[in-house]
Amino acid sequence: MSDPCLQAENLHLWRGERHVLRGVSFALSRGVCLHVAGANGAGKTSLLRTACGLLPAESGRLSWDGRDVQEDLAGFQGALIYIGHEPPLKADLSALENLRYWIGMRRRVSPAALASALQRVSAAAWSERPARTLSAGQKRRVALAALSLALVPLWLLDEPTTNLDGEGQQLVGALIEEQLARGGMVLAATHQELPLAPARVRRLELRLA
Amino acid sequence: MPELQHAALGAPDAAVAGSAAPRAAVTLLAAARLVLQRDLTLAFRRRAQLVQPLAFFVIVTMLFPLAISPELARLREVAAGVLWVAALLASLLALEFLFRDDAHDGTLEQYVLSGQPLTALMFAKTAAHWLLTGLPLAVMAPLAALSLGAPPAALPGIVVSLVIGTIALSLIGSIGAALTLGIRRSGVLLALLTLPLSLPVLIFGARASELAILGDPIVAPLELLGALAVLGITLAPLASAAAVRISLE
Repeated sequence: MSDPCLQAENLHLWRGERHVLRGVSFALSRGVCLHVAGANGAGKTSLLRTACGLLPAESGRLSWDGRDVQEDLAGFQGALIYIGHEPPLKADLSALENLRYWIGMRRRVSPAALASALQRVSAAAWSERPARTLSAGQKRRVALAALSLALVPLWLLDEPTTNLDGEGQQLVGALIEEQLARGGMVLAATHQELPLAPARVRRLELRLA
Repeated sequence: MPELQHAALGAPDAAVAGSAAPRAAVTLLAAARLVLQRDLTLAFRRRAQLVQPLAFFVIVTMLFPLAISPELARLREVAAGVLWVAALLASLLALEFLFRDDAHDGTLEQYVLSGQPLTALMFAKTAAHWLLTGLPLAVMAPLAALSLGAPPAALPGIVVSLVIGTIALSLIGSIGAALTLGIRRSGVLLALLTLPLSLPVLIFGARASELAILGDPIVAPLELLGALAVLGITLAPLASAAAVRISLE
């Protein structure tokens, strides 16, 4: 097994009076998907936001490739993509424009690559429509297209299968498999089982505070 | 078997490392340009938001002649003050929209996570805001100034002072807008935070416009306005980037 790439040691996080993360530790190596499970309010989203550096943990250490992420936060954040509950889409821009501006900040993408990514998530037919006219599942599909375009080693996914139909959930599984096969890593928080072969999935259970 | 596994992981390693190269190809300038382009595109899809501060500025400056007196000589005495108070309030009106929508739909979060320096992206956002609110105000100002009795010779001076002054106002305002991001109805607090910091701009801007109307040299107050704008350019994006990070916690 290769060395762990993303490693969290004893993370503690307080939100006001609530002690949300109580000493969470995990290690994620290349080619592995970590499934973060736990009841509502157990801190799954907080853990993901802490893992991408949006929330600073009160104590504990988060390291990337053996170095503390705080040493080069921008470099670490450039190597990950985080998709929260709501896909970050602008209501007044089309799906295509949203992707172009979102991913264009991170790497150069050709119009052909954008089109094929949208095709892959079956979004080609409505890619010109403003995002405000899209259903929740369609927005989620645009976010999936962003995942495959970003070409980053670490994916942080919060409930990646919500609002998706059966075929869409299979697509999430296929995309994660591809990412793992490339040697990438996935940290996914979800209540449901991930549509993946269980061999590559580790589980991290968060207990309710 | 362990060797095989290692080989299988070795190749993707290279693929992932290779992916760093195209990402580096997005320079800071290109990323900032994307932010600017995106905000301008959005503004033109939502024209009402664009017109609101401008309409406010025009209405306020047009109401003064009705309320005070139609005598140009009397209007001329208050013209500089009216123009600048109207410009200050109009730019304040537009500030609420600077980061609010981006905070709601998660765009700011993605800016923070983009791996690009947030300070530069904040600067680009503020630049877009100025192009959409400050610059149109300065362009409209001659019309308002003429209706307030300013002589045509004073117009270039008034426009220049407003161009520089609104740059400073947008930058100062961006700090307040970023600081009040977490608050639900932030309008009043935003005004309370921003107005005291904007007063130097109001004082020097109004002074420059007044001197222009009187036909005197306006270099001294313009230089002070310029100094405020430069101070804003150097410090405001840093402050608003820090405030945005805190608001996302």
